[in-house]
Amino acid sequence: MTARTLFDKVWDFHTVLAEGDGPSVLYIDLHLVHEVTSPQAFEGLRLSGRTVRRPDLTVATMDHNVPTVDQLAPIKDPISAAQVEALRRNCADFGIACYGVGHRWQGVVHVIGPELGLTLPGTTIVCGDSHTATHGAFGALAFGIGTTDVEHVLATQTLRATRPRSMEVRIDGELPVGVTAKDVALGVVRTIGTAGAQGHVVEYTGSVVQAMSMEQRMTLCNLTIESGGRAGMVAPDGTTIEYLAGRPFAPRGAAWEAALAAWSELRTDPGAAYDREVLIDAAELAPSVTWGTTPSQSVAITDKVPDPDSFNDPSQRESAVRALEYMGLTPGTPMEEVVVDTVFIGSCTNGRIEDLRSAAAVMDGRRVASGVRVLVVPGSQQVKVQAQEEGLDGIFRAAGAEWRDAGCSMCLGMNPDILQPGQRCASTSNRNFEGRQGRGGRTHLLSPAMAAAAAVEGRITDVRRLRARVS
Amino acid sequence: MKPFRCEHGTLVPLDRSDVDTDQIIPKQFLKRIERTGYGPFLFHEWRYDQSGAEREGFVLNTPVYRTGTVLVAGRNFGCGSSREHAVWALQDHGFRAVIAPSFADIFHGNALSCGLLPVTLAEQEVRALLDLAAEDPRVECVVDLEDGTVSAGELHCHFRLDATQRRLLLDGIDDITLTLHTLGEISAFEAARPGWMPAVSRVEEPA
Ligand code: SF4
Repeated sequence: MTARTLFDKVWDFHTVLAEGDGPSVLYIDLHLVHEVTSPQAFEGLRLSGRTVRRPDLTVATMDHNVPTVDQLAPIKDPISAAQVEALRRNCADFGIACYGVGHRWQGVVHVIGPELGLTLPGTTIVCGDSHTATHGAFGALAFGIGTTDVEHVLATQTLRATRPRSMEVRIDGELPVGVTAKDVALGVVRTIGTAGAQGHVVEYTGSVVQAMSMEQRMTLCNLTIESGGRAGMVAPDGTTIEYLAGRPFAPRGAAWEAALAAWSELRTDPGAAYDREVLIDAAELAPSVTWGTTPSQSVAITDKVPDPDSFNDPSQRESAVRALEYMGLTPGTPMEEVVVDTVFIGSCTNGRIEDLRSAAAVMDGRRVASGVRVLVVPGSQQVKVQAQEEGLDGIFRAAGAEWRDAGCSMCLGMNPDILQPGQRCASTSNRNFEGRQGRGGRTHLLSPAMAAAAAVEGRITDVRRLRARVS
Repeated sequence: MKPFRCEHGTLVPLDRSDVDTDQIIPKQFLKRIERTGYGPFLFHEWRYDQSGAEREGFVLNTPVYRTGTVLVAGRNFGCGSSREHAVWALQDHGFRAVIAPSFADIFHGNALSCGLLPVTLAEQEVRALLDLAAEDPRVECVVDLEDGTVSAGELHCHFRLDATQRRLLLDGIDDITLTLHTLGEISAFEAARPGWMPAVSRVEEPA
């Protein structure tokens, strides 16, 4: 048999029907649903008199719109309220489990799938959300789809999709001190560009990836879409199995044994060829921060705002000019001199317990700089409960940060958590597009530790310097 | 779905690369539960200022381009979120085709499934179309899916689309209808699916 990549194995297994080079019919093992991209899909089913083929493979939550304070009170914005209500009704009508507001499993869709043990190696997972790539950390083939495809999956439990190409991003070597998974992810996007992985499924390999915890792998896979990749994957290993054992939906008993046997095959065979390979030397990665309006526009924290003329490619140069104008930044300004008024710690990129621990470690015993608003938003209710059990909420509160309920919050500001025009935010989320966190708002992407450092210093700060000062 | 065969219309030049879906339709307009009515919010932040007045200089606010049906833009068009609302907003505004050197994958798929034709041309061809549309706004552009060509003024370009996708668009058939013909294969696949795979029914819902 020919040598195959991890992606090939998962794709081939799920191919129900292949017709030449055209789209294949691909079986979907798990369909995650949220309130924003699903109402029109359910409406489509009703209009055509169709039903949900596999409600048992479909799970819904409410995350994008929900307020993160007083979450149980009625939503004030009538349009948000209608969207949340539509999901509740659609789930009831079609027999779909909904872990919505008030449920102890509610949370950002890409946080709850893994923590509930729904996300399993070797499966196919889709969601009407581009950051579905997050689930690839488990060796699942997971990707975002649009609403028409949501309807397609609801109706048929399959998708028609053209086979993407495969790409290996190998990160070898030793990470310098202070470099987190977020910095690795930003480094990858910077190296390959906003469209560098277009049409590809990326498999992350190498010693750095192997050494990562599951939460770190999720952060890495989460940003795959920011370089245009269809999905990101990491081959499952002991770390994966240890994370999944005993989770609510993880298989048990004989099924668990069968799963372990199947998962042990889930790795790229020796000699299997990727369509593209990119090598990244860990030693060259640094704690990073974005200066522009795409996630690829980042530099090391010790660097300066770049001069657009330093880009050879005319379209990159032009996009840098526009980005600096929007961001209100002057070339040559050291990143550490950029003053922020808002800090957002949360999202499906960095809203998990390890992220909160890392931010709390920096904020412990310190105060938020005056005039800075800091929102700490756990990725799920379960993360929230755990953080409270560990006393992290107390550390954040004592420092002067706001401790919130779970949701997407200021990652995209569909709920009341938004930036005002001209406000500048250090954010652990994944997108710094114009207006993403609120019209006219300016976003700098960075890791939870660096976001916490920015919170206490009131400006973008090299967390390593902050730590050094204490010891 | 409305079939797409041939479109005659005005070219609208949007000379930017990495046009992301947050720009095409900002999130505050994603709360509707309908598929229509998004046109007025297309490119909202570029089109209107804080007071809601039209910004002079943005291409859609220029009278000759207002009723254009073929958008031409830079590379990596539609990057960012999976929101199909971006496609709906372009269609609701009146666009029937978008021409660019490259598209983000999810946007490309969404466009096809809604009948908005994504046309991928070489970087130089797109540059020529952008320049032509800027210099001569009245030039007519013809996008012909049947023979895979784009023509405007002196320019004639060829584009390719996967044969199945092309057939579906030409006939206006949606994917679901097509897939429902393979229910037998889907059921057979399900019957052989390993027992350890995810299933929500496995767990009693907690209180
Ligand atoms: S946290 Fe942000 S990126 Fe993640 S699902 Fe929510 S809005 Fe999307």
